[in-house]
Amino acid sequence: MYQIRPEDKACIEEFRKTPIGHHSPNLQRILNLFRGEPMAGKFALICTRPHREWTLAVLSGTRGERIRMTEEVFHSLEEAEWYVFKQRWAKYTGEHLSD
Amino acid sequence: MKQIMGYSDKISVRPGEAIRFMVSCEKASSYKARLVRIIHGDTNPEGPGYKEQAVKSEFDGTYKGRKQAIFAGSCAVIPSHPAFDKLSSFSVQAMVWPTTPEKGRQTILSHCDAKSGAGFIFGLDESGGLALALSDGTGKTEEVRAGKPMLSREWYFVAASYNAVSGEVCLYQKPMVPYAKVDTSARVEGTVTIKPRNENGAPVVIAAHPVRMSDGRERTSAHYNGKIDRPILASRVLSRLEMEQLRSGGPPASLHAALVGLWDFSKEITTERIIDVSPNRHHGETLNLPARAMTGWNWTGEEMCWKHKPEQYGAIHFHDDDLYDAGWDTDFTFTVPAGLRSGLYAAHVATEDDEDFIPFVVKPERGKATSKLVFVVPTASYMAYANEHMATDATLAELLTGRLATLQATDVFLHEHREYGYSCYDTHADGSGVCYSSRLRPILTMRPKYQSWLGGKGSSLWQMNADTHITDWLEALKFDYDCITDEDLHFEGYEAIAPYRVFMTSTHHEYWSKQMWDALDAFKKAGGRLIYAGANAWYWRIAYHQTKPGVIEVRRAEGGIRAWAAEPGEYYHSFTGEYGGLWRRQGLAPQKMAGTGFSAQGFDLSSYYRRTKDSFDSRASFIFEGVGKDELIGNFGLIGGGAAGLEVDRADRLLGTPPNALVLASSENHTPVYMVVLEEILINAPGLCGGESDLVRADLVFYETPSGGAVFATSSIAWAGSLSHNNYDNNVSRITANVVKRFLDERPF
Ligand SMILES: [Fe+2]
Repeated sequence: MYQIRPEDKACIEEFRKTPIGHHSPNLQRILNLFRGEPMAGKFALICTRPHREWTLAVLSGTRGERIRMTEEVFHSLEEAEWYVFKQRWAKYTGEHLSD
Repeated sequence: MKQIMGYSDKISVRPGEAIRFMVSCEKASSYKARLVRIIHGDTNPEGPGYKEQAVKSEFDGTYKGRKQAIFAGSCAVIPSHPAFDKLSSFSVQAMVWPTTPEKGRQTILSHCDAKSGAGFIFGLDESGGLALALSDGTGKTEEVRAGKPMLSREWYFVAASYNAVSGEVCLYQKPMVPYAKVDTSARVEGTVTIKPRNENGAPVVIAAHPVRMSDGRERTSAHYNGKIDRPILASRVLSRLEMEQLRSGGPPASLHAALVGLWDFSKEITTERIIDVSPNRHHGETLNLPARAMTGWNWTGEEMCWKHKPEQYGAIHFHDDDLYDAGWDTDFTFTVPAGLRSGLYAAHVATEDDEDFIPFVVKPERGKATSKLVFVVPTASYMAYANEHMATDATLAELLTGRLATLQATDVFLHEHREYGYSCYDTHADGSGVCYSSRLRPILTMRPKYQSWLGGKGSSLWQMNADTHITDWLEALKFDYDCITDEDLHFEGYEAIAPYRVFMTSTHHEYWSKQMWDALDAFKKAGGRLIYAGANAWYWRIAYHQTKPGVIEVRRAEGGIRAWAAEPGEYYHSFTGEYGGLWRRQGLAPQKMAGTGFSAQGFDLSSYYRRTKDSFDSRASFIFEGVGKDELIGNFGLIGGGAAGLEVDRADRLLGTPPNALVLASSENHTPVYMVVLEEILINAPGLCGGESDLVRADLVFYETPSGGAVFATSSIAWAGSLSHNNYDNNVSRITANVVKRFLDERPF
């Protein structure tokens, strides 16, 4: 599994600007790690108002077992991506990113 | 939480024919129903918005709401018979390949009363070991257990005998493959005091046993996951040697008198029948379509086709989540009136707080086309994707889309309610691939307004709802069109499309039976014109069941992008005996049908096409009328922001693209989430992503056929999402309209 390196911090700003779309190989490698997490406990979005509002959820990874809705509500997919990126960055590096 | 949903018995009807609708309400005591013509199911505010047309119908009105449940899980049932009731001493045996021995109690073969439990249940206990439970019907049960759990996905000989005189029970659990240090074989002798009451009028049930529900209805319970091969019931205690004789080969004459039933699942594989080859002929039927044509315990690997050595395909793979027909009661019926315009319709049913659309196609009267253009609604592909669970079950969902998996309320419901059944992109709870998909259940992914995690950033549409970008465009530009479905193409063949000049595909017409393929091939040979308005079509070969309506089979054999892989020896369809898998692996790559075939996929953003030299060829000038020389094609759109995206196809002479094909434009600048399809990869090496590989592209292709017809391929699932941009005034819309107009023109190419 890929281990995030100190020099990868340059990717943070790149992701913030373009969370969805073309990415440098370095950022793509980090995203492959983040986005390839197993299903149990993985973040996902539940669309709560079509095209307008998404609520962060945590998948159960077990068939039939409830998906947990969180309190985090977003009004754009980019906002949601950035929020989850920060959570995952902290999980893998211990470093908490500010907004 | 979904509050209302339904399904219909048919998916394609013509004037004079009746279609039945089955509806379930979670809580509401009433609901309203009405008929709508579906025009544009996309609710994206960036586009033209949701459009439907209300049509007066005989079923408009208010109905009583009631909850209708679904009971998934397959089994086989042999109707009750005095021979079963007369059982005193008995023996039961089978070859089994359990896939979830740890799951809890699972029945292999039972003869027990649904209410009192009287009789016996032969199966796995909570620990996953063999057990025989005997019950006298007064609530008393005694059980003898092997005491050792079986290993998953290993063949076992399992047997039990009961001596009514002595009360002696013998259990045998013998793995076919022995391992050092792990011994799962058992031979247990015990004595019971209970007198099991087989005089219970019950059927013999294989892979489950009957129970009575609180509503008084009889259902099945303790469904077994895994294969069962050659189950046998005998009316006396058999010796181990006699059991062995029955296991391998025709029963010796000396055992005929003792046999009650010997069910040989290698007989009549294409049907739901199970055949008792004992002299008693106690035949039965499977319920909820367990998988047939499965390799048996004696499969040697020398023969891959079940038709050639059926005796090695005596296994049925049962699943506790198999589903064929939800079997709901009918709420209302609609007889299609004469003159109802052909198209995509739905019964719209609504409670105060929720709604559902039950879609179906109205075709023109037989032999009376009302247009020169036919839009073929790919219902087999819709069925293959029916109720798919990838966003909640498949780790790679977020990687494929390059963004968080976005679930709709529908997806959450399907995650929690597994009884609504699976798609051919899912695996069963035991990890085996889902090879059958039926439409006789609510298909909640086949709905207008539904967004799919797979549908690209923006509108996020996939399959049926994405196809409403095409119906909307045809309506907006006032092109006449008829609609038919895959089922019409399959069952009526060429006749279903013969009256038309132009065959227009949907965005993703992926699943084709041989009959469907032949019909379109005949159409092209007769001078018909084909507009391939999508990508990744003519990919998987499918079979429709030969007698049961509304169900298809897919075997994910060998190559291609597969959500699961068929097991070795299980590449041939059970419904027909035809070889399954990719059409490309059967010598018919999509390039032979439409000039282009599947080349790459990615589900985040879409891109644009750049014109090539070929686009300036005079043969193609009609296509680019009104399009500037240097214009990028489709650098806009509701599906991923471009016309080239999601799944993309390319031309390839060696795969069958005709030598006269013009590659008019190619897409470029795809994101690194896009990757080359697996069937192009022999040795995997870096460089397979968008921005790296030349194979990550969509080719816009045009060619003439020898019979005066022509083919135009957009080669992208996202294409249709660009049609409505700028109020339908854009180069994707213009190119498509130019092609439709010229293709409708009778002048030969
Ligand atoms: Fe597909």
